[in-house]
Amino acid sequence: MMQDRAQSRSRDPLLKVENLVVEYAVGTKTIHAVSGVSLEVGRGETLGLVGESGCGKSTLGRAVLQLRRAVSGRVLFDGQDLTAMQGDSLRKMRQRVQLIFQDPIASLNPRRRIGDIVAEPLVIAGVKDPKKRQELVCEVLSAVGLDPSLVIGRLPHEFSGGQCQRICIARALVLNPEFVICDEPVSALDVSIRAQILNLLEDMKARFGLTLLFIAHDLAVVKAVSDRVAVMYLGRLCEIGPSEQLFAMPAHPYTALLIEAIPVPDPDVRPAESVPVGEPPSPMSPPSGCRFRTRCPRADQRCSDEVPQLRSVAPEQFAACHHPLIPAA
Amino acid sequence: MTVPPLLSIENVSVDLPTARGNLRAVDQVSLTIGAGRTLGIVGESGCGKTMLSRAILQLLPKKAKLSGRVLFDGQDLVGLKPERLRKLRGRSVAVVFQDPMTSLNPVLTIGTQLVETLQEHLELDGLAAKRRSVELLAAVGIPAPEQRLTQYAHQLSGGMRQRVAIAIALSCEPKLLIADEPTTALDVTIQAQILDLLAREQRRRHMAMIIITHDLGVVAGRTDEVAVMYAGRVVERAPTPMLFKKMHMPYTQALLAAIPRIDAAPHTPLPAISGRPPDPTRPVQGCSFSPRCRYAAGLCYGQKPVLTAAESAEHQFACFHPIQTAASVIV
Repeated sequence: MMQDRAQSRSRDPLLKVENLVVEYAVGTKTIHAVSGVSLEVGRGETLGLVGESGCGKSTLGRAVLQLRRAVSGRVLFDGQDLTAMQGDSLRKMRQRVQLIFQDPIASLNPRRRIGDIVAEPLVIAGVKDPKKRQELVCEVLSAVGLDPSLVIGRLPHEFSGGQCQRICIARALVLNPEFVICDEPVSALDVSIRAQILNLLEDMKARFGLTLLFIAHDLAVVKAVSDRVAVMYLGRLCEIGPSEQLFAMPAHPYTALLIEAIPVPDPDVRPAESVPVGEPPSPMSPPSGCRFRTRCPRADQRCSDEVPQLRSVAPEQFAACHHPLIPAA
Repeated sequence: MTVPPLLSIENVSVDLPTARGNLRAVDQVSLTIGAGRTLGIVGESGCGKTMLSRAILQLLPKKAKLSGRVLFDGQDLVGLKPERLRKLRGRSVAVVFQDPMTSLNPVLTIGTQLVETLQEHLELDGLAAKRRSVELLAAVGIPAPEQRLTQYAHQLSGGMRQRVAIAIALSCEPKLLIADEPTTALDVTIQAQILDLLAREQRRRHMAMIIITHDLGVVAGRTDEVAVMYAGRVVERAPTPMLFKKMHMPYTQALLAAIPRIDAAPHTPLPAISGRPPDPTRPVQGCSFSPRCRYAAGLCYGQKPVLTAAESAEHQFACFHPIQTAASVIV
């Protein structure tokens, strides 16, 4: 409870996730995708969410939008609990929260024209006047750097991956949402295009006054856009803190491992020789106690007996580790 | 004095007929690699790096037209008889592909796939091949290798599958290993482990290696030499430290600058490269990077620059307005 108070200090949270648990049934087994995650995203803030595949970061994003219903826990958006909402009220609320996916080509209907794709959210939201819709579509397409007159009548296959991602961003922004969840928005794009889209997201954030949850596996990409970063491992939050501080002084051994594993484009920086870490265990049978302990150089008996709780390790920085790299404050 | 290189690619071009016209995937590429050396081929998707690796192995699509020469150990692989090629592939030249799920056979056990390779190329008997398979799996860091032999690809994680693919590639002690985006499908912590494994096995076996990747970060710490490709051509090549110290081709520099740096402050705008790579069926008349290049002028739009060296014979680049050279100060 103490960490709750500390985390919310001085921030006006637009999104508050409390003890969220999401599970998938696979045959008779259960995948523990998200196991009790709590976090907040302040108004106007970008929270980066990183972790390797299968850590539950995408599931968390979907559970916020109620595209996947949580087993337990709450998702408070602007003070209202989304997990308790259904039907119309949820649909209304979703106009304020939008989602951008990883694969821009797959997330556009190949048989529909760009103008119709981008106008669809307006139709669902009940904007009846086609002229008004057209106007809003043109406005948002220009905002993402596309010429509406050249784009509206064309089909998705006529565009490159980077342009398709611009169209997806336009579709997400056409309703003028407050909160956008970006789920690996640049990982399918080439380096030169990736920078364009990251810059565009930053511009859009400033222009539309957005709050972003930015999900990605690439730490450098996340750092480039985030005010704070949260690190997930096997369904649990390991560490959360201000980006620069977290990267300069990681407290959780997993965060440190992730940072160390990034290949640096500089031949003078020799890659760290073989961090002997193995592979993440299956989320069907996660290890007891700390879920990272099977790969952690600091693990001891306590780590297998007791689940570590998020504790403050530095101002605004919290880590769930019994043996943090920086001593608990 | 000079030893002939293990692999020498001379003026290789690959043309693919498509519905939209001829697609020149690889355009007059010449590269060499010596025994025990590592060459990195870097470029974005569609730049021709994978087609080039397939041209080396003579594994191009049926309709593709190849011109030029591919000399491996003094022998031209272009036009070699299929059975000769089959003997060579796997035995002397091996490949590790990007996606280990599709490169492993889903209906055969790991053991069968390893034993098959060993029996075919090294003519080992069943028992010896099995023993060797266990050794190989252990060497690539697979725990409980005996049990893995009876498993199928789908029972392994992505990282484990890639280790198996590497074990198969190494099984016949090839002289050259081509790793085509070997870690792109893997998570970052697994990526580091696989790259370490490849480097270790390469040193141990004194094997030459070509790493094909889109990630300049992967290339920086782990290659002797780098070739940067753009729109089917090699636009810059140099020993790795030399390249990173001084890039002469604006594309190489722009590509490096566009990567978000872990040591940069949050919300630093990235110097993005505007526009996108040219359509390979509609070749650009001059330098193929000219439409996106901020240094482009006059000649760049009319004529294709060829690879030339400036200060050092080892550092070549294809650019009329190279950056960071003595010449560029005068121009």
